[in-house]
Amino acid sequence: MSTDIPRLADADFAADRRQLDVRSAVSDYWARVRAGELGAIPAILALAFLFVLFTGLRPDTFLSTGNVANLFTQALPVTILAMGLVFVLLLGEIDLSAGVASGVCGAVMAKLIVESGQPWYVAVIAAIATGVVIGTAIGWLVSVIRIPSFVVTLALFLGLQGITLKLIGKGGTVPVRDDVIVALANKNMPLWLGWTLAVLVALGYAASQLLRWNRQRRRGLHGKPVQLVAGRVVVVGAILLIGTFVLSLDRAPSPLVTLAGIPWGVPLVAVLLIIATFVLDRTAYGRHLYAVGGSAEAARRAGINVTRIRMSVFMIASGLAAVSGIVAASRLNSVATDSGAGNTLLYAVGAAVIGGTSLFGGRGRARDAILGGLVIATIDNGLGLLGMDAYANFLITGGVLLVAAGIDALSRRRRSATGR
Amino acid sequence: MSQTPVLDLRGIDKSFGPVRVLQQVDFTAYAGEVTALVGDNGAGKTTLVKCIGGIHSLDGGDYLFDGRPVRPSSPREAAGLGIEVVHQDLALADNLDIVQNMFLGRERRRGIVLDETAMEELARRTLAELSVRTIGSVRRKVSELSGGQRQTVAIARAVLWDSRVVVLDEPSAALGVAQTQQVLEIVRRLADQGLAVVLISHNMNDVFAVSDRVAALYLGRTVAQVRTADVTHAQVVELITAGRSESLGIRG
Repeated sequence: MSTDIPRLADADFAADRRQLDVRSAVSDYWARVRAGELGAIPAILALAFLFVLFTGLRPDTFLSTGNVANLFTQALPVTILAMGLVFVLLLGEIDLSAGVASGVCGAVMAKLIVESGQPWYVAVIAAIATGVVIGTAIGWLVSVIRIPSFVVTLALFLGLQGITLKLIGKGGTVPVRDDVIVALANKNMPLWLGWTLAVLVALGYAASQLLRWNRQRRRGLHGKPVQLVAGRVVVVGAILLIGTFVLSLDRAPSPLVTLAGIPWGVPLVAVLLIIATFVLDRTAYGRHLYAVGGSAEAARRAGINVTRIRMSVFMIASGLAAVSGIVAASRLNSVATDSGAGNTLLYAVGAAVIGGTSLFGGRGRARDAILGGLVIATIDNGLGLLGMDAYANFLITGGVLLVAAGIDALSRRRRSATGR
Repeated sequence: MSQTPVLDLRGIDKSFGPVRVLQQVDFTAYAGEVTALVGDNGAGKTTLVKCIGGIHSLDGGDYLFDGRPVRPSSPREAAGLGIEVVHQDLALADNLDIVQNMFLGRERRRGIVLDETAMEELARRTLAELSVRTIGSVRRKVSELSGGQRQTVAIARAVLWDSRVVVLDEPSAALGVAQTQQVLEIVRRLADQGLAVVLISHNMNDVFAVSDRVAALYLGRTVAQVRTADVTHAQVVELITAGRSESLGIRG
């Protein structure tokens, strides 16, 4: 019967694999951007705009080495919280309680150190375990009972604040004076260690990218042109080394002491970023996460346990919220009853979305949390330098979140309009 | 024909509550042939396919695979036997690329790391065997593909696993003329490669273009299983709409 079928010129499937050169890669990229796949562009533009704006308004203070270092430590808690939220957002779910969960976990840690005299590592493990337990509860309610995550986590948003209040007592604060914990956000790495790590990470990144490119080329697989891979390696390396250089300058306000080096929290975030990126991009679990976020039905038919995936993301988010709570406690040297409440969560969701993670699920990367976290921290930091009133701060932050969500929604519409 | 059918269902019964959807249905599919399954809406085609694919359990009857009695009770078990069903909605994740979709849920790994190179090579080879050139790139996202290309990806996913039987539920329902041709070419090629292909279709042109046999369902009963060459267009339409045609179909 096969003779009955006329052989068509292979119109639709014919676009044979093009030899990817820089030009076609760039035009491919531009086509994707125009079709609504913005990636990191909004975050980078926002960051550039904010730097120009605040440098113009506060030329003396904003770009001072002291303030830049401050910016990094300011970004730490929100970045870690946002990284956990990326996992939840990838499924199109939301965790409104992540902020207050970080408060509860911080309180657990502080209480264990101050009142029970436990060593820091016991307190840290207990705090993270608390986070995972909270996440398990949320995950169970969302994935097994099937209450919408919005409602579950809104309820926990209130409930967990009650727990923090109960733990700490009315209006009180628990001071955190453990050397290791305080060092996270307040002490810096020795200069030699900072440089060594920066160079090692840059070399490691370059090696992994080039090895991958080489493997793809050798086996004739789809890959990017070498110039782009090299360009990317150079840019990432340059950012790493310039950042290290700036943070290695002496930023002490008085010439009598020296204050220089990368804050200890930065390598912590770097390690979390590498782990999260690895899990999302290189493991079957990460692949299944994207699949469930893109089409839960397709994932289910492919034999993926959707319930378990859904449960796991809340455990990861709350676990990372615990780490964020610990870093926040370190930065403030204390845990208060309102730790993690207020605009903490809004900042973190904003960071993830500004970084490029979609609220509709299925798109997002771990690095979004870093980019968006820097944007949010820059806004917070700059407004602080301008001496803005609290009301303006709330208004601007809320506005930024809406703009980011608007870009997300519009680019999604654009994608579906252009068939992407 | 002395050849043992790969798929041989005899006297299948299936009811949903008081509704008898399938009554004494017989259905056979042979390796290397395209068997078209036709019937009007509500004739029980989809139910029969779901029984074949292990989604529904059988109430009664024999399910023989390669002559052995089997009872797949889940899509996984059916896939384990080598039976893959491509459903009408394709079940692809738009945000993943072609390779990722083809291996979804059955990823190749080295340790805990996904073996992307092996998956990409195998995906490309499978698409090449279907004479699909690489659709631009196997790393394109499914959301960027046309309807026909998506159908191709879904079919390629089904044949990736040394399948013996591939069931296609209305593969050309939403496609244009040229894309339908391409999908039909692929359907034919699958059979030429030795698979037993079951094609559900409403479109008589498609049925006559690619199928070797036609099985017609009418109100939950098998009314004919004949070689396509032995019947005419009009006869098949009559079988679908009235359940009988000349010497074929329900008697009396």
